[in-house]
Amino acid sequence: MTTILDISHVDMVFPTPSGPFTALKDVNLKIAKGEFISLIGHSGCGKSTVLNIVAGLNKASTGGVILNGKEVSEPGPERAVVFQNHSLLPWLSAYENVELAVKTVFGKRKSKAETRDWIEHNLRLVHMDHAMDKRPDEISGGMKQRVGIARALAMQPDVLLMDEPFGALDALTRAHMQDSLMEIQATLNNTVIMITHDVDEAVLLSDRIVMMTNGPSATIGEILEVDLPRPRDRLSLAEDPQYNHLRSQVLKFLYEKQRKVDTSRPAKPAAAEAEEAASALKPAQDSSAVA
Amino acid sequence: MSTTISENSGPSGAAFLTRLGPWLLRVAKPLAAPLAGIAVFLMLWSMAAQQIDTSLGKFPGPVAVSEQFGNLMSEHLAEREKETAFYERQEIRNADRVAKDPTYEPRIRAYTGKETFIDQIVTSLVTVASGFVLAAIIAIPLGIAIGLNKTVNAAVNPVIQIFKPVSPLAWLPLVTMVVSALYVSDDPMVPKSFVTSMITVTLCCLWPMVINTSVGVASIEKDLVNVSRVLSLKPLTHVQKIVLPSSIPAIFTGMRLSLGIAWMVLIAAEMLAQNPGLGKFVWDEFQNGSSSSLARIMAAVLVIGLIGYILDRAMLLLQRRVSWDKKSALR
Repeated sequence: MTTILDISHVDMVFPTPSGPFTALKDVNLKIAKGEFISLIGHSGCGKSTVLNIVAGLNKASTGGVILNGKEVSEPGPERAVVFQNHSLLPWLSAYENVELAVKTVFGKRKSKAETRDWIEHNLRLVHMDHAMDKRPDEISGGMKQRVGIARALAMQPDVLLMDEPFGALDALTRAHMQDSLMEIQATLNNTVIMITHDVDEAVLLSDRIVMMTNGPSATIGEILEVDLPRPRDRLSLAEDPQYNHLRSQVLKFLYEKQRKVDTSRPAKPAAAEAEEAASALKPAQDSSAVA
Repeated sequence: MSTTISENSGPSGAAFLTRLGPWLLRVAKPLAAPLAGIAVFLMLWSMAAQQIDTSLGKFPGPVAVSEQFGNLMSEHLAEREKETAFYERQEIRNADRVAKDPTYEPRIRAYTGKETFIDQIVTSLVTVASGFVLAAIIAIPLGIAIGLNKTVNAAVNPVIQIFKPVSPLAWLPLVTMVVSALYVSDDPMVPKSFVTSMITVTLCCLWPMVINTSVGVASIEKDLVNVSRVLSLKPLTHVQKIVLPSSIPAIFTGMRLSLGIAWMVLIAAEMLAQNPGLGKFVWDEFQNGSSSSLARIMAAVLVIGLIGYILDRAMLLLQRRVSWDKKSALR
């Protein structure tokens, strides 16, 4: 397997009024083409920061990301992002949202008919072809996220980055979306990095689960190979001893080795504080980059 | 009302009435409160009017004002008739002279009659519309630039903050002098007074539009900006596809605000500068001081209010058509 994406020696330091805050320390990860990677860890451990650095939305303080032999310096459609809150343009229909991406990425390289076919093809992949002309406020949360995925897939990215794509959905819809994603992955075999909080989701979808230690100075703690055969079926896996073994290993990492103050509740004040500190700094950085 | 009908009609009429009843109720119910409100207002007005004696006679009540509405309309029609007659006479005279002396080149002289109430309404509407459009052309791009760029914002903000609270009427003398100095032409396309009023309107529309646009642009959802960054949209496409649509609701809020202010300021400016328009009509009537003057001013006041209301509704309708955010355009 060839390495397509190389995250090497990434540090992330945010300046704060009380001195520099080291969010990430020496993050190293090599990802092969077609691999599905999950990033899991407690909130505030810097998972999103890793993803944003790969996306080019944030810039690493030291170290860097190499994609296909080229260093990542700014955002680009070859690293499409599926955002947690769908981020569809509310004034455009599902079709038009995907269209904006397709026209920007492919431009004149696709004829009018090809463009339309490609948009419709991607909406069909996520089972949204029946509601192409609906606007985001007319469809459910799960459907919005489907369109968001279609938009990202339509860019034909080298790496698909998903930031807790199903985090805002209810459990049933989430299971549905996971099945859809596995089905798409079986045909397209994309390289995917997905952030998740959900242990089952990570084991079900991933080839490797990257478990991150708690911040500050968060880094990769352990990497778990998930060698369950594909296609995977959530019902039969539920009683599969290997699945349950993998699952318990992730749980052990999260709740024994990296446990926070209160083991029964993963949401802790320290973590929330760190996340707040990090996210409070992001807007200033980002907007200066836009301007 | 229903009793008089039922007395005259047979059993079929009664059946019709039983169906009419609920229908009337459904149609009349939402109208009842506003109609009652207007009725109470008219009653209080006419009662109060009778108590007030001015040097120009009794304060006009609803009846006197509605009479003057009729007069203003018939004066307008009479003036139009005079105008047509004037042009007809002129044509006949010119034809006569050409017949007598073939070298004579006929000249058409414009009719210079008094502007009627209706003419003044039209003048005011045209002035407010042109001033408003001019302001929008300046304010929206400026607001976008301010909203997008913190440095531009820091540079422009002090100027805006200082000029925003200034009544545009304070500008009026300056605007008048500047227009007289700079707008010199032998055959001006539009009269100077129109340009002065228009610029005054523009000045008062500018600030609310700039501020609302810039706030709308600056508060674009960060996720949408990130989408634009991931797509690597060019700056101009970014403005066109992301910034402009997402700040449309805020831009419309600014436009509605400023149109309301503009209409109020324009009337005052016309009174102060004696520029043609509804304001001049009011001032002229006041100076005139006839026994019907107060009723005619009151008629103008009602028309000014009605037009202000219609302008606001028109903006709201436009906003509903253009804006994707239906929730922000409800009232």
